[in-house]
This record gives sequence, C-alpha cells and structure tokens, in this order.
Amino acid sequence: MINKIAPDIATALAPVKDGDVVMISGFGDAGSPTELIHALIDKGVRHLTVINNNAGNGLIGLAALLKAGAVAKVICSYPRSSHSVVFEDLYGAGKIALETVPQGTLAERIRAAGAGIGGFYTKTSVGTPVAHGKEVRTIDGADYVFEAPLHADIALVKAQAADRWGNLTYRLAARNFGPIMCMAARHTVVQVRTIVALGDIDPETVVTPGIFVNTVVHEPNPMSERHAVQQGQGYP
Amino acid sequence: MTAPPKGFSAAQMAWRAAQDIPEGAYVNLGIGLPELVADHVPHGREIVLHSENGLLGVGPTAGPDEQDEELINAGKKSVTLRAGAALFHHADSFAMIRGCHIDLCVLGAFQVAANGDLANWSTGTADAIPAIGGAMDLVAGTKRVVVLTKHVAKDGAPKLVDACHYPLTGQGVVSRIYTDLAVIDVAQGTFVVQELLEGLSLADLATWTGAPVQAGQKMRRMIAEVS
Repeated sequence: MINKIAPDIATALAPVKDGDVVMISGFGDAGSPTELIHALIDKGVRHLTVINNNAGNGLIGLAALLKAGAVAKVICSYPRSSHSVVFEDLYGAGKIALETVPQGTLAERIRAAGAGIGGFYTKTSVGTPVAHGKEVRTIDGADYVFEAPLHADIALVKAQAADRWGNLTYRLAARNFGPIMCMAARHTVVQVRTIVALGDIDPETVVTPGIFVNTVVHEPNPMSERHAVQQGQGYP
Repeated sequence: MTAPPKGFSAAQMAWRAAQDIPEGAYVNLGIGLPELVADHVPHGREIVLHSENGLLGVGPTAGPDEQDEELINAGKKSVTLRAGAALFHHADSFAMIRGCHIDLCVLGAFQVAANGDLANWSTGTADAIPAIGGAMDLVAGTKRVVVLTKHVAKDGAPKLVDACHYPLTGQGVVSRIYTDLAVIDVAQGTFVVQELLEGLSLADLATWTGAPVQAGQKMRRMIAEVS
C-alpha cells in the first residue's frame, strides 16, 4: 500500500542534509511551509542554498532559518520588503550570497527542472545587467537570453489537502510556487492542513498529482505569518 | 531647484490611469502606486486584473473584515476576487505575461528615459539590495507598458530623464507615464505632454523633468473625479 503520510515532521525531514539546495514555496504571507522550516532549524542543518520568491519576513519561517545561520545563499526574485530585516542585515554584513532572478525566469527555471527541459530562451532581461555573461540568441528577429533549469535536493511546500498518494489541492494565492517546486526537487515534502481519504479529491480538481510528492505531513493549524510578523514573534 | 507644486494625490493618479483602460482588457498592476488602480476601475467597465502570484479577476482591495493572508496581490496586500476569477501557479502566471496574453501593465519606476527605457529594480550602488520581482518579465511580454509614478524622486531629482543611469529593467518599453503633474507619452524618443496639472505651464513642467518636454497637439488640463 502506498502511504506517503509521515508520522511526524522530523521523520519527513530525515533526508535533508548539510549543503542541500532547498526550494521553499510561498509568496509573501501566502503558502510558506513555516512549520517545516522551523523543524529544519531544529534539525540544525547548515550551508543550505534556499530558493524562494523572497528572502524572509519578520523573525519567523525563512527569516528565522537565515537568522539561525543555516543558509549560505538565497536565490530569489525580490529580497526587499518592509519586514526583510534579517536578510538585509546578513547581506549588508557580507554573510549571505544572493542571486536575484526575474520572477518569471525563476518560475520557468524551476518548471524546466521539473519537466526535464535543459533550459530555455526568454526575452526577459534582454539589454539589462541580468543578461550579462549569458548566451543571447536571435530567434525570428528578436533577442532571447538562455536560462538554465534550477534543480533542488529538497522542496518544502505548503498545500491545503492531500491523500495518502500525495495528490494535492491548494488554497487561493497560497498555490504560487508549490506545484512547480514539487516537480523540480529530488525529494518533496509537503505540509497540509487536511488529510483526506484516497478518492476524496475529485480527479478533476487535483492540482499536484502525487507522482511529484514524496512525503506528506499533517499540520492542521499552520501559524499565520502575517500575525507573527505583526507581533514580532520569533523562532525558536 | 524648488520643489514641484502639490499635484495629484495617489488616488487621483490611479483614477486617471484607470480611465484609459479599455473594456475587456487583461491588466497587470505592479506593486506600490499601481495597486491603487484596482480601486478606481470605472463602474460598468469589465476589466480583468491579473496578479503575478497566480490570480486573474482580482477585485478591489479587501476591507478590514475581508482580510485573508492567502488571498494577496503582488504587493502582498489582501485583495478580493470577482466572479469569474481563476487561480493558477507561478509558471502559468508568467506564461500569461511572457506569452503576450496581458494587454496592459501599470508599473512603478525609479527612472523612465525619453526613449522608453525603464529602471525600477536597483539603484546600482554597492549596498543596494536588487529586487527585480516580475517587472522584467512584464516589460518583456506585455502588449503595452505604462508607468504610474511621482514626477520627481523623494530627493527632488527628476524621474523622467534623458537616459537612465540606474540598471535597466527593459529597453524602450514604456508607452505612457502618469505622474502627479502630467500625462506624458513616449513618442519617437521624446516626452510628449498630453495633459498638464491645472496652474502649471509646460516651462514649469520642464523644470522638474530631466529631458526636453514637447506639447502634444491636443494638450489639455489633467482632471480627476476623486480627491
């Protein structure tokens, strides 16, 4: 019997090791697997490369992982926000590396990795410093920049509901990078609010098919990142 | 140089930009001032607002009792969905953008040059944190790009310039600029003023603009029906 549901978060995160490239879902307050990130801090792994749209907010979740000194490099599209203080301090002190990627290029590099595509040409960033050092090719009279796929060892994703095969649904704008990150990592761990019986998710409404998911953890009451940032709450 | 007069409010600027959006358009709103356009879509005009984080059919900003942190726009603020809305993941969202399915985007700017170059992601200094977001994809793939910005920067420097000295977001991409002082088209490498704040002359506007400005053939006063 296939059962991807882990008994607890620590078991689910057993494959994560020092130096891993870790994709973390989420965009702003929506879709961050905060409980999985906090468990990663508890586990004490180091020298991670993190791929996320942003670079952490307040003192919880990704920001707490950065503060714990676990991350050597962040690959993201938009590290600046009104609450990105931890990243700004580390970056200012030269303690963390940053690769800034246009958001659509970031998404497509992740999708390409998951789909077995060896890269792609995009008009995005033509004539800007982001294109420096990259192959530019003229296709039908327009210039395109080559971008390579972005793989990861681990993806940490938050979804709404899962069954024991790892089929997933999401909620509203919390979907964002979840589906493509599930595809792109060698090992994908998903936290969900609800576990449902196999067959209870209508096949028409499955967003991420279970083939892209290795492990599911039940986290019925995920913390509110917005509330935690407003309260100045930290972790641990 | 003296500071420019008090021009349009943020709401008035957003209202003015919203008037030009045609019925049926698919429109992406950038973060900051452009987000306000969602609150000024003319009544009865059906416009489908796209948010880069996976939403089509975004409605007005969410009220205090409608806040849901899993329903946010590109600026991470809570929004609402209209009937007919759709949800999708990031790769699909940017396929809509890069694939030229979005008719119009409204972006903020650090600098816009007379040739339509846009800079809005980094000041290029050593201590600056570069933040690109979706802007480079939007200018590369959207059919029409307009900018909504204050006419001058906080330090009084012109944002409309001869040539951008900040790193570029895209080359020759901007068609029109809505500021607190004027509505300006980018045409054949020149800033052409179509509308001007009441009480302001073209010579006044030139004082706060970093490149020559030309009067459009039908130049008129800029109006707003909100305060």
